[in-house]
Amino acid sequence: MPDSMPAALLPPSATKPAAAPDIRARKRLRAPTEDPPLFRAAAIALAVFFLALFLVLPLAVVFIEAFGKGAAAFLEALREEDARAAVRLTLTVAAIAVPVNVVFGIAAAWCIAKFEFPGKSLLVSLIDLPFSVSPVVAGLVYVLLFGAQGLLGPTLQAYGIEVIFAVPGIVLATIFVTLPFIARELIPLMEDQGTTDEEAALSLGAGGFRTFLRITLPNIRWGLLYGVLLCNARAMGEFGAVSVVSGHIRGLTNTMPLQVEVLYNEYNATAAFAVASLLAGLALVTLALKSLLEWRYADEIAGTHRR
Amino acid sequence: MRIRSVIPGFVPAAGITLLLLGLLVLLPLAALVLRAASLGWSGVWDLVTEPRVLAALRTSFGLSLAAAAVNAVFGTLTAWVLVRYEFPGRRLLDAAVDLPFALPTAVAGIALAALYAPNGWIGALAAPFEVRIAFTPVGIFIALVFVGLPFVVRTVQPVLAEAQQDVEEAAATLGAGRIRTILRVVLPALVPAVIAGSAMAFARGVGEYGSVIFIAGNIPFVSEIAPLLIVVKLEEYDFEGATAIALAMLTVSFVILLGLNALGSWSRRRFGHAR
Repeated sequence: MPDSMPAALLPPSATKPAAAPDIRARKRLRAPTEDPPLFRAAAIALAVFFLALFLVLPLAVVFIEAFGKGAAAFLEALREEDARAAVRLTLTVAAIAVPVNVVFGIAAAWCIAKFEFPGKSLLVSLIDLPFSVSPVVAGLVYVLLFGAQGLLGPTLQAYGIEVIFAVPGIVLATIFVTLPFIARELIPLMEDQGTTDEEAALSLGAGGFRTFLRITLPNIRWGLLYGVLLCNARAMGEFGAVSVVSGHIRGLTNTMPLQVEVLYNEYNATAAFAVASLLAGLALVTLALKSLLEWRYADEIAGTHRR
Repeated sequence: MRIRSVIPGFVPAAGITLLLLGLLVLLPLAALVLRAASLGWSGVWDLVTEPRVLAALRTSFGLSLAAAAVNAVFGTLTAWVLVRYEFPGRRLLDAAVDLPFALPTAVAGIALAALYAPNGWIGALAAPFEVRIAFTPVGIFIALVFVGLPFVVRTVQPVLAEAQQDVEEAAATLGAGRIRTILRVVLPALVPAVIAGSAMAFARGVGEYGSVIFIAGNIPFVSEIAPLLIVVKLEEYDFEGATAIALAMLTVSFVILLGLNALGSWSRRRFGHAR
């Protein structure tokens, strides 16, 4: 049988005639900016080890723990009424928080990127503020504002409006921590694009709103999608801020990350990791789409979008 | 205020921006400041200098600093490898760097706790040596390295990608060996970016909650972080205590970030050409 094997199936090296001994193959000269092979190999190995240890292992453990007791136990955990309520609440919160962020992000980018006005850099710093506040502090400030002993809490309670330990508080805390995401993506992008396209449209007689819909929006669509992607991931995954205002009422005010905590603290690891694996799946999809956008539309999203 | 421009829509756009920012961010933060103001300086000082609070602040700031230092080294190395070398799986690795941004902190928290617990994959390796990682300050440190990992990589990467290699060629023609060129020519140009990235990782670490509490063990005076102590105080309806810790965290972070910014601009002057 081996005798009749066609040449195409043999490894390429087997069909190639032996190369003439090349003096450069034995002692190849390195370019002055090329690193020694040993240095290079060690650097790659160390970086890969570091990333595997800190990124790949935690991710792997989520899925292995989730499916460790079989697919039936995994599905069982997700069919639980509290788990389904948590998924519903997380989707509801994101469905409110992300559109608010879209409106805020476009409005903020429009006035910051297209106009010059005093106090602009202060406004940019204020937009970034939620990123430098601990999520727990973000939750705390809403408790101080709307809680039973807060500034506005008693007044609202008199009208029967509950904010803390209820869904409105969760939505507000989520908006607080996600507010900079879309604005930060759109501001540099729209600054780069300038105002010439809009000026051309306006001079040709288009109205302001029409100019925005037909000119600006198509220009920023990929950047906007990029911002929405990151904002949504954070909105669905936020833990600290939401944890402070939620009150952890099962089936009512537990979002998915809070449900993960509750199950984990009850030593129900399989169920905790089952819910966690849904969130990890969301993170993976987010990363994949984000990389796709960076790769495919690199010029149409802002250069520095890290954070 | 009259803004002269042919572009319309400044007033509605600025109006929406200021309204949402004011109502959702500034008003709640003002509530914190008002609450603290009602305590007075000495009231806040007494609450912040409680031994348990001081211990928690030390834990948060100290371990965040340590984690930022580790990330400065390994983040720079990772950025270097991702920018300068071509190897199979490089793009995948590059995309994976953002995982700590995308993975919800609670998920990261229980995953790290499961990995480093005495019966976990890594915890079991350390257990025979009587080394405990999870439920000790070392566990907190590990979680903070995880959450801070992308910051240094993502700030150093663009600088390294834009750096001109001609200075390296010049160093080589002047007789410097490759390692010496890297240490004396390439790395100094990266210092401002490394400091900026580490500062962001540090700031994130100080406020981090979700990924830490599961692995920390949360023992007062030993492995209790400041954000957790805020939650504990809130659960005890001690709003004053919670407010004081929050104010202390905001103030100390602000002062440290100002200092790091000054260090950053000093290093830009000192080491020149990087942006």
